Amino acid sequence: MKRLSVSLILLAAACGLASTSGARAEDRLFDSEKLLLTSGVSNIEGAGGGGLASWATITGYETTHGIGANIHATYVHVPDYELRAIGGSIGLFDRVEVSYTRQAFDTGATGAKLGLGKGFTFHQDIVGAKVRVVGDAVYDQNSLLPQISVGVQYKHNDRGAIIHAVGGKHDSGVDFYVAATKVLLNQSLVLDATVRATKANQTGLLGFGGDRSDSYSAQFEGSAAYLLTRRLAIGAEYRTKPSNLGFAKESDWGDVFAAYTLNRNLSLTVAYARLGSIATFKNQNGVYVSVQAGF
Amino acid sequence: MFEPRRSATALVIVLTMTGVAAASIGGAVAATYQNPAAGADPIRGTGTYRAFHEKEGIQRIIDDFVPRVVADRRIGKFFAGVNLVRLNHELVDQVCYLTGGPCAYTGRDMREAHAKMALDNGDFNSLAEDLQISMNKEKVSFRAQNRLLAKLAPMQHVIVTRK
Repeated sequence: MKRLSVSLILLAAACGLASTSGARAEDRLFDSEKLLLTSGVSNIEGAGGGGLASWATITGYETTHGIGANIHATYVHVPDYELRAIGGSIGLFDRVEVSYTRQAFDTGATGAKLGLGKGFTFHQDIVGAKVRVVGDAVYDQNSLLPQISVGVQYKHNDRGAIIHAVGGKHDSGVDFYVAATKVLLNQSLVLDATVRATKANQTGLLGFGGDRSDSYSAQFEGSAAYLLTRRLAIGAEYRTKPSNLGFAKESDWGDVFAAYTLNRNLSLTVAYARLGSIATFKNQNGVYVSVQAGF
Repeated sequence: MFEPRRSATALVIVLTMTGVAAASIGGAVAATYQNPAAGADPIRGTGTYRAFHEKEGIQRIIDDFVPRVVADRRIGKFFAGVNLVRLNHELVDQVCYLTGGPCAYTGRDMREAHAKMALDNGDFNSLAEDLQISMNKEKVSFRAQNRLLAKLAPMQHVIVTRK
């Protein structure tokens, strides 16, 4: 939590700088001049994207001459578990994104049924980096080329002993992904398709690799959103996952969502998420809420 | 095995697709030839033009838009010394033309008109945002607004010179 408070202070300072920066182009490092909604939101792993999918967009409202940043708090409540995530991300010149998120996967009363103890909680730290390689999701409306970015996420789970006990191989892992995002203004659509190489079980909340498989596999995640107004988008997402652990089959994830941006400093995403079977408990479908603040 | 009926069907489909492609290329060439300075070919059909409430609606949008950009602290400086009456006429013609209306754009080419302004993406986006506000005031549907923005967005490549 200490790291988080440091980043909160830095963000507050930067927000202050941003609001006092002058109107002259030369001065406005914290320019916040992307169009509303075009920067995406902070997803469950802290990367700029949708709710479940990481997109090719770079976090924050900065343009190619500026710096942007976001903090987010995300809460997912399904019948037998709860996931809380809080983190921050910085976008540099609409080119590079770095992010840090800490997730708490709380088993609540289910923990006792699993023999872990009531309220047993896995924590996962995720450090991410993403680089935009080619294209611009918004400007390139006269070509089919999407914005394409490559990203990496280092994940570390603090419950190595339990992970090993259920057949997991590692308490940390690295995901690699390639994301393609396109805004189709003519259709008022935002589309994303991302391929991720991963060993993660339940995105790392149950460790990495397992008794069934300990190799990387290519997984898909994607979003389709319809822009209803300048501030409101609705859409759906899908994310495939490997099933490396013998004791519990893992499901793909999906959601339907609405993202509303009050202004460039505050946005809210709510979703109905279908997380399927998690650690033998089926039908983990529930609500996803995420608040993002930044510039 | 050679199956005449299936081949004939395939041939018809291919010919139809070629015809459609040729027609669309032809249309694009004709439109470009007509008004190359407008920066894009017009939107097909009259639906978008009607969604903008035709010439009168576009006039109201631009009447709101021009003072809005001039007063915008982010980009107002770029309009110092600009003939705003002429700018108003040219923008109405350009939006009318691009939305598929019966207008011709007679203003300068997009690259030439912005060449000395050293604009960056932020400037470009700020202007687009002001236009969105003006279109909202005219109650143009968001779908129709985005169809126009889809025509304007690629102009970033020639308008923005501080990449």
